[in-house]
Amino acid sequence: MGSHGIKDRVAIVGMGCTRFGEHWDKGADELMIDATDEAFKSAGVTKDDVDAYWLGTAMSGNSGMTLAMPLGLEGKPVTRVENFCATGSEAIRGAAYAVASGAYDMAMAVGVEKVKDTGLQGLSGAGHAPTDGTKRTLTAAAMYSMVAPAYSKKYGVPQDELKKVLARIASKNHHNGSLNPRAQFRREMSVEQLCAMPRVAGDLSVFDCAGVADGSAAAIVVRAEDAHRYTDNPLYIKALSFIAGNGAGSTDPSYDYTTFPEIVDCAQDAYAQAGVTDPRKQLAMAEVHDCFTPTELVLMEDLGFCERGTAWKEELDGAFDLDGDLPVNPDGGLKSFGHPVGASGVRMMFEAWLQLRGEAPEERRISTYGSRNLALTHNLGGYPGEMVSFIAIVGNEQG
Amino acid sequence: MRGILSWGTYLPYRRLDRSTIAAVAGTGGGKGTRTAASYDEDATTMGVEAARVALRSAPEVEPGAVWFATVSPPYLDKTNATAIHAALRLPRTAPAYDAVGAVHSALGALRAGVDGAAPALVVASDLRGGLPGGPDEAAGGDGAAALVVGGDDDGPVLAELVAWSSTTEEFVDRWRTPGDSRSKLWEERFGENHYSGLGIEAWEDALKQAGVVADQVDHLVVAGTHERAVNAVAKKTGVAADRVGDTLASTVGNTGAAHPALLLASTLEKAGPNQLVALIALADGADVLLFRTTDAIASHRTTRTVADQIAAGGPIAYGKYLAWRGVLPVEPPRRPEPGRPSSSAAARATDWKYAFVGSEAGDGTVHLPPAPLDTDTRPMADAAGSIVTYTVDRLAYSPSPPIVFAVVDFDGGGRLPIELTDTDPDEVTIGARVEMTFRRLYTADGIHNYFWKARLVRAGGAGAEAPTTDK
Repeated sequence: MGSHGIKDRVAIVGMGCTRFGEHWDKGADELMIDATDEAFKSAGVTKDDVDAYWLGTAMSGNSGMTLAMPLGLEGKPVTRVENFCATGSEAIRGAAYAVASGAYDMAMAVGVEKVKDTGLQGLSGAGHAPTDGTKRTLTAAAMYSMVAPAYSKKYGVPQDELKKVLARIASKNHHNGSLNPRAQFRREMSVEQLCAMPRVAGDLSVFDCAGVADGSAAAIVVRAEDAHRYTDNPLYIKALSFIAGNGAGSTDPSYDYTTFPEIVDCAQDAYAQAGVTDPRKQLAMAEVHDCFTPTELVLMEDLGFCERGTAWKEELDGAFDLDGDLPVNPDGGLKSFGHPVGASGVRMMFEAWLQLRGEAPEERRISTYGSRNLALTHNLGGYPGEMVSFIAIVGNEQG
Repeated sequence: MRGILSWGTYLPYRRLDRSTIAAVAGTGGGKGTRTAASYDEDATTMGVEAARVALRSAPEVEPGAVWFATVSPPYLDKTNATAIHAALRLPRTAPAYDAVGAVHSALGALRAGVDGAAPALVVASDLRGGLPGGPDEAAGGDGAAALVVGGDDDGPVLAELVAWSSTTEEFVDRWRTPGDSRSKLWEERFGENHYSGLGIEAWEDALKQAGVVADQVDHLVVAGTHERAVNAVAKKTGVAADRVGDTLASTVGNTGAAHPALLLASTLEKAGPNQLVALIALADGADVLLFRTTDAIASHRTTRTVADQIAAGGPIAYGKYLAWRGVLPVEPPRRPEPGRPSSSAAARATDWKYAFVGSEAGDGTVHLPPAPLDTDTRPMADAAGSIVTYTVDRLAYSPSPPIVFAVVDFDGGGRLPIELTDTDPDEVTIGARVEMTFRRLYTADGIHNYFWKARLVRAGGAGAEAPTTDK
């Protein structure tokens, strides 16, 4: 028994990613066609060359036919997956493991979500199973907002100071997004502007929340030894870790809302698979699941990027800025991209693809480019105390 | 000897200042306050809260029947008393009956309970109102009262029923056709005249039955649907004015079907042993009940008195009151409204949903909701807890936004992230003490979704008494 990972056995050889935003003129079909077309071209292959597909979508369709129909796939296996907001990453994981197993030579992971057709604000979620009516009906924003008072009290950071920290996180991600043509929001937002926004959930304003966007992204994976047939600069998969929490935090009084234990476990597994011992120094960048600003704050500690109780200071000091010690969310994150649930995990990988291969534009290039060659993507779903966590580590060198 | 074994009352937290009515409605209002049920309360939830207090004060009594009286039933065709039965985890063999439609039903329910062989839980609960600016809106109140009645085999009788007289007559003074939102009234003098005759006739008969005279009555309370008649009859009984109890008109308002038992309970909370207590109820006839308190009442303790609750209220703006009553529909958040709860899923989880019973693992870990692998149940409705962290959700759907929400750790184990009620957003702090209360979360497709919420422990709250300390 053990989690061994598939380090260096599978490589990403082509990727595509749509602009994320309000695509009033496009449905999930068109978004998937756009993202997969770009990925096919990037790897120099056609849809027929791909042996199997994994489709991640939480609410835009059921079954593999959701992808097979718009792409006109002929006799291809398509697996539709869902794992809350980590759905896109789940598609990558399925495709990578399928290739690693030897079952297929080439597989594609597609993530998509058409969110803006609900007519409602925010994410309204997929169809829910009938219940006894006792489950809470809180928004995700409110659930994550509960991290702020708990963190503030535990580490003695006054609530107004913590509000500045949260604004600093949003401001950093807005800055990065302003430099990214694929982002939904491309406007700089100052800490002062952000602090002045009306609160909607606890101490969070709308600008502490990820946007609501449609989008799609796709990745093609092959065995590592075949990678150079398709690209000179493949990304090798170093680690894929996934943990589904048992919801203990919502029932266990020892959980204090200042950490996400599922992430800590998931990171430990991922670092072991990849052989990473000092993520702060070894990683060139990280794309993390900044669904709400307090989430990114806690993730910096849970992912081992800094000591417990110090993330608030590190964020203020700019450690995770584009030109900081360890750039976090260089593409702008969920903050700037919005969160089309099924697409986000694949979009994170797309930024690793661009940055490690030197394809990110000069003004958005990470400070570590050229000196480090590992990127981490982190994708979560659920709520504090009850979440699923995914972490991938990729690199552009083997070994 | 049969009589009252215990009582409990419930007054909702919110108080409407009657002087705020006229500015909006253009007319009406008056002096003092009235109680206002929260948007998540109805006759059933208030009835549960009153009954919890009554049963808590008489833990040795196991009711063999439930009677529930109200003029504002959450359901028709379906029995409401079964939800009260479920919330209290009463024996499966105890029947639960509604007595619904008229204020007078409350007296019928009490009579059925008193006349029965087994101890009975008799709950009366009501929401009273009328059109904005009207007299019923201002004079009405919301609340519930529960009486546990039975014989001295069932537990110590606190007040023995020594006489009950009734008079009945058909006359149309106050009426409402089914489906109508308000009652209509005939001119006042007509009802006053009829009720005076009916009341005094029953009064004299009751005194005769008990072999006493008016001077011997230590406490008199008069409840009724007609305020002038109530005051007139009280005067005509011959009982000295200083022995006539407050009708609670200036603080609570007239709680309709709940009012006779509410006034009786409030009187018993002040009565000493071996006193004669009289209740006159004027509603489509008259009922006069004479009780003699026993020695046992001296040592009886109730966890939440009427006086405590009157003192503990918090204000509500008239506009919000109108919204809660459905008179003034306000824009809901642009979020999906919840679907109806599944009847079959709810039926599998009755103890959890209605009685807030969790489960306990072999190592003592408490699970809320109950975990399928646990074998022991853990009743949590009476557990108090502390807030670990909290939020105010201005985005989520709620019948009355915003949602105030907290993670609660219970004394003795167990945690639940849960909605708070009767709590203003700026009142919440980490470490604040909360207690559980039975509420109606929302209604979808006509199904009322009952479950529990937490609320701050306030002076007069059921959790204000010493919490369990085995943490």
